[in-house]
Amino acid sequence: MRVPYSWLLAYCDPGMSVEQLAERLSMTGTQVERIDQAGAPSAEGFVLGRVLSAEPHPNADRLRVCEVEVAPDKRQTIVCGAPNVAAGQSVPVALPGAVLGSGQRLGRAELRGVTSEGMILSEQELEIGADSDGIVVLETELPAGTPLSELIPIAEPVLDLEITPNRPDCLSVYGVARELHAISEGELAPPPWAADAAAEGEGRVEDYASVSVEVPELCPRFTARVFTEVEIGPSPLWLKQRLSAAGQRPINNVVDITNYVMLLTGQPLHAFDLDRIRGGALVIRNAAAGERMTTLDDVERSFDEAAVLVCDQGGPSGIAGIMGGHVSEVSDATTRVLMEAACWNGPNILATSGKLGLRSEASSRFEKQLHPELTMRAQRLAATLMVAHAGARLVPGTIDVDAELYGPVSLSLRAERISGLLGMEVPEEQASSYLRRLGFEVAESATGFAVGVPADRYFDVTREVDLIEEVGRVHGFDRHLQPTLPPRPPGAGGLAPHQRVLRRAEDLLRDAGLNEVVTWAFVAPSEAARLGLPGEGGEGIAVHNPLSEELSVMRTSLLGGLIGAAGYNLARGAGEIALFESGRVYLRKAPPETGGVLAGQFAGLRPPPVREPHRIGAIIAGPLGPHSWRGEPVPADFYSGKGLIELLCASVHASVVLSAVELPFLHPGRGAEVRIGGTAAGWLGELHPRLAADHDLPPSVAFELDAAAFFEASTEGEEIYEDLTSFPAVFEDIAVVVDDAVPAAAVHAAVEAGGGELLRSARIFDLYEGEQVGAGKRSLALRLEFRAADRTLTDADVAAKREAIVAELGELGGSLRA
Amino acid sequence: MLERINAIREEAEAAIAAATEAADLEQLRVRYLGRKAELTGILRGIGDLEASQRGPVGKAGNEARRALEQQLGERHAELEVREMDSRMAADAIDVTLPGTPPVRSGHLHLLTRTRRQVEDIFVGLGYLVMEGSEIEHDYYNFTALNHPPGHPARMLQDTFYVDPATLVEGVTTYGSDGEPLPGPAGPQDVLLRTHTSPMQVRGMETIEPPIFIIVPGTVYRRDSDATHTPMFNQVEGLAVGEGITLADLQGTLLTFAQGMFGPEREVRIRPHYFPFTEPSVEVDVSCFRCGGTGSLPPGSGTERCNLCKGTGWLEILGAGMVDPNVFGFVAEQGYDPEAVQGFAFGIGIERIAMLRYGVPDLRVFFEDDVRFLEQF
Repeated sequence: MRVPYSWLLAYCDPGMSVEQLAERLSMTGTQVERIDQAGAPSAEGFVLGRVLSAEPHPNADRLRVCEVEVAPDKRQTIVCGAPNVAAGQSVPVALPGAVLGSGQRLGRAELRGVTSEGMILSEQELEIGADSDGIVVLETELPAGTPLSELIPIAEPVLDLEITPNRPDCLSVYGVARELHAISEGELAPPPWAADAAAEGEGRVEDYASVSVEVPELCPRFTARVFTEVEIGPSPLWLKQRLSAAGQRPINNVVDITNYVMLLTGQPLHAFDLDRIRGGALVIRNAAAGERMTTLDDVERSFDEAAVLVCDQGGPSGIAGIMGGHVSEVSDATTRVLMEAACWNGPNILATSGKLGLRSEASSRFEKQLHPELTMRAQRLAATLMVAHAGARLVPGTIDVDAELYGPVSLSLRAERISGLLGMEVPEEQASSYLRRLGFEVAESATGFAVGVPADRYFDVTREVDLIEEVGRVHGFDRHLQPTLPPRPPGAGGLAPHQRVLRRAEDLLRDAGLNEVVTWAFVAPSEAARLGLPGEGGEGIAVHNPLSEELSVMRTSLLGGLIGAAGYNLARGAGEIALFESGRVYLRKAPPETGGVLAGQFAGLRPPPVREPHRIGAIIAGPLGPHSWRGEPVPADFYSGKGLIELLCASVHASVVLSAVELPFLHPGRGAEVRIGGTAAGWLGELHPRLAADHDLPPSVAFELDAAAFFEASTEGEEIYEDLTSFPAVFEDIAVVVDDAVPAAAVHAAVEAGGGELLRSARIFDLYEGEQVGAGKRSLALRLEFRAADRTLTDADVAAKREAIVAELGELGGSLRA
Repeated sequence: MLERINAIREEAEAAIAAATEAADLEQLRVRYLGRKAELTGILRGIGDLEASQRGPVGKAGNEARRALEQQLGERHAELEVREMDSRMAADAIDVTLPGTPPVRSGHLHLLTRTRRQVEDIFVGLGYLVMEGSEIEHDYYNFTALNHPPGHPARMLQDTFYVDPATLVEGVTTYGSDGEPLPGPAGPQDVLLRTHTSPMQVRGMETIEPPIFIIVPGTVYRRDSDATHTPMFNQVEGLAVGEGITLADLQGTLLTFAQGMFGPEREVRIRPHYFPFTEPSVEVDVSCFRCGGTGSLPPGSGTERCNLCKGTGWLEILGAGMVDPNVFGFVAEQGYDPEAVQGFAFGIGIERIAMLRYGVPDLRVFFEDDVRFLEQF
């Protein structure tokens, strides 16, 4: 909402600078986005001039050389190209040195041999209209040299206000003036609709038109007045200036009056050419499905059954509350006008405007729900202006179809609730004064006040708490609120265990040298197929109204984003990649009943619509280890990824087991299923060479794990002290020869089975394949740690265990290497 | 014989003193004290001497032997020190060459870091941290937050809706009234949450008053330009109990602002509008670049502070007192607006990170350029 300063001051002048005024408005809830300037940057150099003579230019057919009185007894020569300039006119003049709104600074100019000292201005140059063909002729008896700003605001600050949707009353100059009145000492002028025009037309309004409302709940009130002998023409200059400064293009007096009344009162109007209302009868009804009409902007639109249309006997004549129709548009030939001021159902207007993709100044007000009472205010003001500026005669009577849906409302305001809610004392007499200045009726009651709500605030102020807000904001949160802290929350506080584990995992990956990325949660629908993602979430949740096809499906894996981020950085010169992401995926599955937040189980009585598990994923291409002048690190491979996963699990005391698996996006011989604490938690592997090549990636290793499995398996905090120092351990190295098809995990398991409780650990420290063990065989070397809690082990103890281990290995076809 | 012992001793002493390497000393030990050495022979042959000679020769011989042994030992130690010194001199390194890092240094995303900073401040104030679903029912995102269907505030947030055909069959979905839908969900029943505020209601459904929670999370709005990304992050805050006031909100956010932007910071609150708070406010923090003055000291290149645009204040978040209508949706859980009241706020993580670390463009957060990531 753009509010010209001079227009605002006409209704409330608080005696502040425009900057102070803007600051106070902003601090009390009417946000001033910025202070614009309408017209020239400064009024300096703009004066009233009187044309003394206008002679043809000796060297140019279309120019005139004018003698203009620009101050008492001071004449200047001004060359003017306007066809309408004539001796005797009072005109706006910009003298050399003046700066126009366009930024042009005037100087003395030589025009075909004649020196022009200034410029006689057109509407366009004054920025009060579009007319650039002729100069503005002023009707005034003021002496030449009078500053132009005394006639029209030519350099005017305009407050650009951000009005919140609950305050349609402030989408009006008078509404903002009322705010200003409430927050300052400024008096509020009587409302501009206080007086009505004299009805001097012939007959009664019912003789000219009729209105029937079929949908009273969607059209709580429809009022219409009729004007005859209308003379369509330009609006007066002051009206054009106010409209222009407020951002509305002047069109003609009738249209300008409807816009002016809307800007001043907040109630939109629509002017029909009465002679183009077929049958003179208006019917307000729902559209038939697919019904069509051409609107004022020359677009043919079709409607659904929820839309409300203003129709005549020939069909639709306007879309209720949004835009009029071409068929009944006011034109230069119009002589009789039906003025509509109606109240519409806000949600219905909002829905129709949304469906049509058509928002107008009218709909942006109606959609916030206006009160029916506003209609007659607008009719009265419009009538006064029509009579004064369109030569119109007002036909007696008003067609008023009022469903009377909204009765008067009185609210109770308990005085102690004001400080109780705000934590700020407001003296009672001040509280009631604020409310009165805002237009509320306030009466004392036993517990505080009984407050009558004015029509302007009917839908916004419906409860005691709304009144408290009014009192508080006018009193000034910025001036009177003192910060305090609430009582200490109950409980020990702190992060929840799963939050600590997640942070731990993220920190560990960071400390291992990976950079964290945050990628889009939505991906292209083709991604799942392109990556060959596993079936469980292969089909994602689709966004119904995506910004683009590329961002239209919720991701089911972190892999696509990681590959994308890797490719992005490689393309920009990164030599190697080590990235991780910690975030959600969105699966076409029911939400889980167990597993907690990390599995996608969230608080609330209604489970969420889908499953959103938290995942940790990583991609590494090139070495993970640090670079050094002493030698280059080796490129990361499967075992680098596995090392990270083992580190992650060790850091939260969770066990992890990997087993070979083939996944479409992984190297068929270098992929594994990861089980953490015995639960399938995700995958690890080197990317399939074809997939890597498709994305211009070097050989890469990646993994993706369910954070929930990770957290569930954590035994951190459950450790109990164990005596590992009183009795020494016995260490023994063994080398096991097995078929090379036997996985290391099987060998390890056999050793552990044979070693029993005394075997505390068995660490594989070497792998040998070669002639010494023969083709098809390999040798694994393990360091065994034997320990008993209650004694020092003897050679015999260890020898017995060793024999058991050999027996277990025998089951695998393995033997100890001599 | 005694002269001979003295001669041997003098000769040996000179030789030991002249030795320059530890290996030479070993040879001297063999030559003068070894089994075949002359002195050893003399001492071995003492028994063959006359009785009167035995005492003096034996004494002199043993003395010489002990003296030489001691001298050998001392000289050996001396040479070792000297040898180590010269070896170490040769081993000197260039201490200015770079060290060998045990691992490469990685970086958390700036959004994670900022989010954790926010979390830690409120955890310090005793708040619990909760998470909520990003794909949400209309009911929680709008209706239960006092945005009934048709409410103009729904237009403020351009919402991404979920295509109901892509929900799993059989899962319960809810209408905008919160009741389970008998049939499949409609095109506007399931959406990508437009704010973290749905967790206000979910939180109150599961925790009876008093409740003090924050909810970090990703949210979505159908908007993409220099100042909007379709996905961004918020931290919701909710504090409800007996007698919690707007002044408490101001104090809480002052504590937050000081924790985030420095102890000198001040906050001010301006009235605003959100459907689910009443009163609603926007919160500004005094500018930490210019100290709230709006202007920079001479020599800064520009007089007007370019962070706060000369106003001295930075808008950081929206907040307000929980609207009684919202409590109406959790009345059964003990939220009676006559008995309890409190505040809620929503912090934009990106906005905080941009202000705090001078990031000029929202989009860089989601480009994941390592040259950006590694700065933080």
